[in-house]
Amino acid sequence: MSDTLPLSIVNNRRMDKWLGFQPDRTVRLAVGKVEIGQGVLIALSQIAAEELDVAIDRIDILSGDTADAPDEGSTSSSQSIEVSGHSVRLVSAELRLRVVGRLAQRLNCAPEELSVEDGVFLRDGNPTGHDYWSFAGPEDFAAEIEGSAVPKPYAAYKVVGQPVPRRDLIAKVTGAAFIHDIVRPGMLHARTLRQPSRGARLEALDEAAIRRAAGEAIQIVRVGDFVAFVGADETVVQRAAVAAPAHAKWTGVRVLRPVQQEAAWFRDQPADDRLIGDPGPPSDVGAIVSETYSRPFVAHAALAPSCGLAEYRDGHLSVWSHTQGVYPLRNSLSGILGLQREQVTVRHAHGAGCYGHNGADDAALDAAIIALQMPDRCIRMQWRREEEFGFEPVSTAHMTRLRAALDDNGRPVDWTAEIWAGSHVQRPVFGGTMLAHEALPNPPPAAKANDPPEANGGGGTRNGFPLYDFPTKRVIHHLALETPVRTSSLRGLGALPNVFALECFMDELAERAGVDPVAYRLSLLSDPRARYLIENVAARCDWASRGATGTGRGLGLAWSRYKNKAAYACVAVELDVDRDITLRRVWCAADAGLVINPDGARNQLEGGIVHAASMTLKEQVTLDGDGITSLDWASYPIMKFSEVPEIEVEIVSRPELPALGMGECTFGPTAAAIGNAVAHALGVRIRDMPLTRERIAAALVRG
Amino acid sequence: MSIKLSVNGRVVTLSADPGTPLLDVLRNHLDLKGSRYGCGLEQCGTCMVLIDGEAAYSCVREIGSVAGCSVTTIEGLGTADCPHPLQTAFLEEQAGQCGYCLSGIIISAKALLDRNPRPSRADIVAALDKHLCRCGTHTRIIAAVQKASLMGVLA
Repeated sequence: MSDTLPLSIVNNRRMDKWLGFQPDRTVRLAVGKVEIGQGVLIALSQIAAEELDVAIDRIDILSGDTADAPDEGSTSSSQSIEVSGHSVRLVSAELRLRVVGRLAQRLNCAPEELSVEDGVFLRDGNPTGHDYWSFAGPEDFAAEIEGSAVPKPYAAYKVVGQPVPRRDLIAKVTGAAFIHDIVRPGMLHARTLRQPSRGARLEALDEAAIRRAAGEAIQIVRVGDFVAFVGADETVVQRAAVAAPAHAKWTGVRVLRPVQQEAAWFRDQPADDRLIGDPGPPSDVGAIVSETYSRPFVAHAALAPSCGLAEYRDGHLSVWSHTQGVYPLRNSLSGILGLQREQVTVRHAHGAGCYGHNGADDAALDAAIIALQMPDRCIRMQWRREEEFGFEPVSTAHMTRLRAALDDNGRPVDWTAEIWAGSHVQRPVFGGTMLAHEALPNPPPAAKANDPPEANGGGGTRNGFPLYDFPTKRVIHHLALETPVRTSSLRGLGALPNVFALECFMDELAERAGVDPVAYRLSLLSDPRARYLIENVAARCDWASRGATGTGRGLGLAWSRYKNKAAYACVAVELDVDRDITLRRVWCAADAGLVINPDGARNQLEGGIVHAASMTLKEQVTLDGDGITSLDWASYPIMKFSEVPEIEVEIVSRPELPALGMGECTFGPTAAAIGNAVAHALGVRIRDMPLTRERIAAALVRG
Repeated sequence: MSIKLSVNGRVVTLSADPGTPLLDVLRNHLDLKGSRYGCGLEQCGTCMVLIDGEAAYSCVREIGSVAGCSVTTIEGLGTADCPHPLQTAFLEEQAGQCGYCLSGIIISAKALLDRNPRPSRADIVAALDKHLCRCGTHTRIIAAVQKASLMGVLA
């Protein structure tokens, strides 16, 4: 069976890595995936409770801990339910099977005669006097997981599929709940002076002036070009950090120009070029139509600036981080700091919503560098707001040019998507660098341009390959070798810009063919799950009564299957365009197969819609001079309460089908539905995000 | 310098630089971690507290300027064991994803309900518009405040 085991189990074969029965009649469930605002821990707890047949309240979950929890890589790419959830299901079913099997031997009965009710074993419905806590033994937990147990059929589910409330929200609405709130004995606060760019050298630092600005005693830690201000009083070190840039002189700072903030800049840059799909050249037969779409650099813009804690004591480094992956971070830290992996423990602590590779890991490295210089004290590194905006890895600008050769009915017979973008993933395990490493005496070589393989959904190519029934289709990917600023993963990677392009182009082709956009899609789409969602949303938004083009009121629709293999989503948007765009209503239908926690799923779908709408309408990282210039919420605005539309989400129930990751599935369809609705409202199309007031005005002038 | 104020109904006397941000005093001097640092620029609302009943940012506000005032933080509303109706409503609606924005938002909602126990949806949106929520939980948050207003009337 082991060749079919999920990677999480292959890498963590011992049962006690995952499960344990604790003296207070709880069940310890340890997982490698972490809570990043998506509500995954309650869903994983539900799966374990279901397979073990214990009450959900008995599950005591531990997540993200290199000392005590399994290695499941990073929490990313909507993989937690698909991979970790499947693993927890198999592990829990196997432990139950193993313990029940031993009890059947002891009682000299068939295992089928035994049942489990909230952890208590019954024989033909009668008490046996045994339960998990009294009967399970070391032999159950030392065993290697074989993956041989058959999990419950979905029809027997009692806890999976129920909207069980999250437990972590209680602390979050009452007080301390986050990594930022951890207090350790003798803890010292820290801030940094950031190296403006890779390769910049600190020529002079007026430490006396910084100490005067701080007002009270601080320590200044310098390692190469890494500088930190450390002290017992957070207010004092904050003052030092705010004052520091004016007292630092750098050389070798790279200079950026505003032209580099636009996706079109990538068109002329050196790149790795690849062809995926049909190997032939794009067809020249029939009418050829081509349009180009783009999205600029965008930020994760987590609501809380990153934070990291580190303590170096007796040769061991303990780190607390809101990282997406404690093991990858441990490996990076040990490598950079010259420690053995066994000398480093990384524990996950909750941070603000994480939508990809943000500053979390970098803040942990900052804290660790200082901790090694100041042993036996816990160092709490808190990034400032402008530091988060200025130095987190951003999502690359991305341009997609689509080209279709059409038959006499205006239907594509040949399709080419040509994509220009920087790396969509530059995690350290993926060839990327950590921020402070570049300031240390032996900086790493420049990050190598990289993207996930197609088998993992691709990066720049994610959702670039259309699922429509076109005879020939191909993707040409130009992965830029360098980016003006560090780039890495953000919710959906290339899916949002690629689905925006694909689904906007489909509307344009439908219009050219004189066919209704929904009917046009359905005529080119045989996947029944996709068709069902489109028909569902079209009915709910009353697509049949859609008004004329160019009235100022627009209705647009789009769909995708995330990564072409995860959850499906279809979104329709109704909006008004005057000088600005006002979203009125959003309808969404999603199909994620088996849904573990429908309320949590709905929350994720709604959140993805708002996040994508914000990105489509408002967001752009701006560049100039020595770096990023969008450094606060005024220069990087996101969607506000007064701008959020009514949202109706419907989840199609398919418990008989495998669970599909759905945290990112509404992202692309929302962007494209907005693009289509704006075109419907205006009668002209805007193909470059964000769809700002300036772009509306320009489009209307252009006609 | 000695500064006296009321925090969550308790009189406290602090020895602090009057220029210290109120948020730092709450978090680091009084160990009240529910008021959160988000920007330090009065742009995001995660640090919102009540000062004499009015919702106010605490990240820039200097402690010296609130001497003699009554400050209420999220900890002053309720606890995990004995939550305020607003906190209960947010949990019942599961009106959170990461939850970082919630303590500040609940504070602004408290100020709203205190002056307008039956707000319209537009009233709620207006009261919360200075708060950012990056996870996109807005519609649930609005529903939670509506629910709390109904609970308050029933109580």
